[in-house]
Amino acid sequence: MTISKPSHEKLNKSSSGTVLSRRQFVFGASAMLALTTIPFSKNAFASAISQSLTQLSGKVFDLSIDYKTVNFTGTPARATVINQLFPGPLLRWKEGETVTLRVKNNLDHDSSLHWHGMILPTEMDGVPGLSFAGIKPGDTFEYTFPIKQSGTYWYHSHSGFQEQTGAYGAIVIDPKEADPVVFDREHVIMLSDWSDEAPETIYANLKKQSDYYNYSERTTSDLFSDIKKQGLVNTWRARSMWNQERMSDRDISDVTGATYTYLMNGNSPAQPWQALFKQGEKVRLRFINSSAMTIFDVRIPGLKMTVVASDGQNVQPITIDEFRMGVAETYDVIVEPKMEDAYCIFVQSIDRSGYTLGNFTSDEMFTAKIPDMDPMPILGHGDMGMNMEGMDHSKMAMGSDSMSGMEGMDHSQMAMGSGSMAGMEGMEGMDHSQSNTVIPTLGLAGYGSNNEIKHLESENGPQVDMQSGMPQSGLNDPGIGLRDHQANYNRKVLTYADLKGLHPTHDKRQPTREIQLHLTGNMNRYMWSINGINFADSAPLELAYNERVRITLVNDTMMIHPMHLHGVWSELETGDPDYIPRKHTVMVQPGSKISYLVTADALGQWAYHCHLLYHMPGMFRKVVIK
Amino acid sequence: MKNFNSLGFTLAMAMASAMSSLSYAGAEDDPLLSYVAIDQLEKGLESDDPTSFSVQAWVGYDMDKIWLKTSGEYQNSDEQDLEVQALYSHAVAPYWDMQMGLRRDIKPSPSRDWLVLGFQGLAPYFFDIDGTFFVGEKGQTAIRLGIEQEWLITQKLILTPEFEVNAYGKSDDELNMGSGLTDINAGLRLKYEITRKFAPYIGIDWSKKFGATADIARHDGGSVSNSQFVMGVTAWF
Ligand SMILES: [Cu+2]
Repeated sequence: MTISKPSHEKLNKSSSGTVLSRRQFVFGASAMLALTTIPFSKNAFASAISQSLTQLSGKVFDLSIDYKTVNFTGTPARATVINQLFPGPLLRWKEGETVTLRVKNNLDHDSSLHWHGMILPTEMDGVPGLSFAGIKPGDTFEYTFPIKQSGTYWYHSHSGFQEQTGAYGAIVIDPKEADPVVFDREHVIMLSDWSDEAPETIYANLKKQSDYYNYSERTTSDLFSDIKKQGLVNTWRARSMWNQERMSDRDISDVTGATYTYLMNGNSPAQPWQALFKQGEKVRLRFINSSAMTIFDVRIPGLKMTVVASDGQNVQPITIDEFRMGVAETYDVIVEPKMEDAYCIFVQSIDRSGYTLGNFTSDEMFTAKIPDMDPMPILGHGDMGMNMEGMDHSKMAMGSDSMSGMEGMDHSQMAMGSGSMAGMEGMEGMDHSQSNTVIPTLGLAGYGSNNEIKHLESENGPQVDMQSGMPQSGLNDPGIGLRDHQANYNRKVLTYADLKGLHPTHDKRQPTREIQLHLTGNMNRYMWSINGINFADSAPLELAYNERVRITLVNDTMMIHPMHLHGVWSELETGDPDYIPRKHTVMVQPGSKISYLVTADALGQWAYHCHLLYHMPGMFRKVVIK
Repeated sequence: MKNFNSLGFTLAMAMASAMSSLSYAGAEDDPLLSYVAIDQLEKGLESDDPTSFSVQAWVGYDMDKIWLKTSGEYQNSDEQDLEVQALYSHAVAPYWDMQMGLRRDIKPSPSRDWLVLGFQGLAPYFFDIDGTFFVGEKGQTAIRLGIEQEWLITQKLILTPEFEVNAYGKSDDELNMGSGLTDINAGLRLKYEITRKFAPYIGIDWSKKFGATADIARHDGGSVSNSQFVMGVTAWF
């Protein structure tokens, strides 16, 4: 197999139209402006506008976890809050310093705080049972660790379902050196989902009726309109696989707007959060998805967004109209409103069962128009990891193995030769069709997995309802419900393939082994697992200290799973080995696979899990680095 | 965790709940849950139509549960039906549970006891299926197959066709039961889910006796087939 090295000197057009190398563009600008631009503290406006985040800064923080009555829906309900705030205080740290956080638990249950995305000693990670024993009621735990990174992060309780009820807050770390991202003003935007129901009730409801919160199922009127549109035979054909598999193509979110009120910085859409800008300013918006179960799609109608960081780590700027945020991911974008106006920061849940929003305005008197939600996504057979649609069935004779990875590929391009296809996901499949004697090898660092998809014996059983035979690449795909946005609305949607690290790849070693993990579950029974084995029955994943390893995640379910590996970076292989972006949470799309590299440079025990709160208890692994 | 007797099951449940409290995630993956479903509680619209109910309940974990199923009908003090099943249920496939246990027919008298071996689950095309094989104390055998489906007219207005068939291996003269196919029951109910957990409904119910059972009924001057309009509620918690 040949992979031609993509040029490292790809050119990008800067906003002014001058052609510069990508890194020159950013650093060049920062060198000129960094000295004259002091990042604004957003709290200068906090009192003037709606409920915003309260910021604490310094090196020593006293935090307390308490119950508090809140009211987001007209009904009072009990929240779990930090320092009596919902969300908890925004912690502002400085790279290179050491912070101390004294966390007092005033709940009548064990609690904890986990610093999501922080590279820190294992005993400071805050995962009960792995890093420490948890914080008993009435006790105070003192966390102290050096800060080795900058950017946008967050923290949350890792105990029980406390995260659902408000035990989270934002972290912003100012860089030690000049920030390569230039901005005049910033706003931190914490997105979350609130329910008046107790999380234990939500979980029990899902176990008893997995589509409990789904009010978007197919109905008979859909059936008749489908038959009218496409005829009886095609309607039957389109539905028969779903019906045979006993799955729903409307199964987008387990928990929906039927119980959730979506919040922005703790404000419901009924009383939206408001943020100010001045005409011509470069405004940095730090988005954090701190929800329990909700994947959000973010856009600001009328404004282009330039993504400058993902999961706290700077990336080469990419200008887009819309992006999807898995639970726990963070994205920093720069917007430059050219006029005095009001814009709607519009954040819809992936299943379009609700939204939250912010009024981003140059004047408190202006209110932005709220756009309509986009149509609800409908799953396709490709999202089941079996791309049957439009497939020439005569080719099936090649054997399903040889077809793996070929889906979505334009077959007319096959003649162009492998050189021009370099870096394209899906090459592995072609390789197999050319020769059956290929020994599984490790793909080159940065390009992702070459290996065959193998379903383990442990995936067979009542706990697993689906296996992806031909998982697609999760890289170039904007994802369900966003795939047609470029064509239909002329909106450029961010994909993982767009992410390139701003800084050169730190560890350029090739991976020495690959771990293929299958994200598995039984939607109907509401059971979640990895490789068919739930956390309670699993053995830890062992990594050798300092090894460079590739983790390939294969999604054998129809849900997106945002997978979060604690303690070390997940270096997403997006096709450029020299500028691999570092993430802490990676969305794995339904019926898809995705790979990242890990340098196991942090000794100890770490958690590795799906960040959907009600998947986490089962879809969880202990990782031991020794 | 494959083969359980009831003692083993109880012990395993106790163990599982003790272990899960150590869960690193803090939230229990597989908590002990209970479920009670009043599938049907209904009355025929004619004054002499019977009142009937069907209730299922379980307590347990993802893979293993104890089920109670009971159904009954009351028309007058002479015509009553009451049946109770206690079953141990184990997940054997993604959509299927095997169930075994005991059934007692309390009414009509004399009461009858049965051993139960059944399967329950979701078949392709979303058919809810409950198939059961019974062995009676006197060596009688019986099979029962229930099929149900839900058709969503809207997200809350749901039409439920259901069908049940019973067959007996041996006649039971005391209970006026002939061998072979004994009866078929079909229903169509339209419910409105006020919440997911509570829905009133209206429907029609039709039943017919067959073979020797029908002959006995005819001989006794009873009706062989019967249809009625019903009103009722379904709920679960
Ligand atoms: Cu998940």
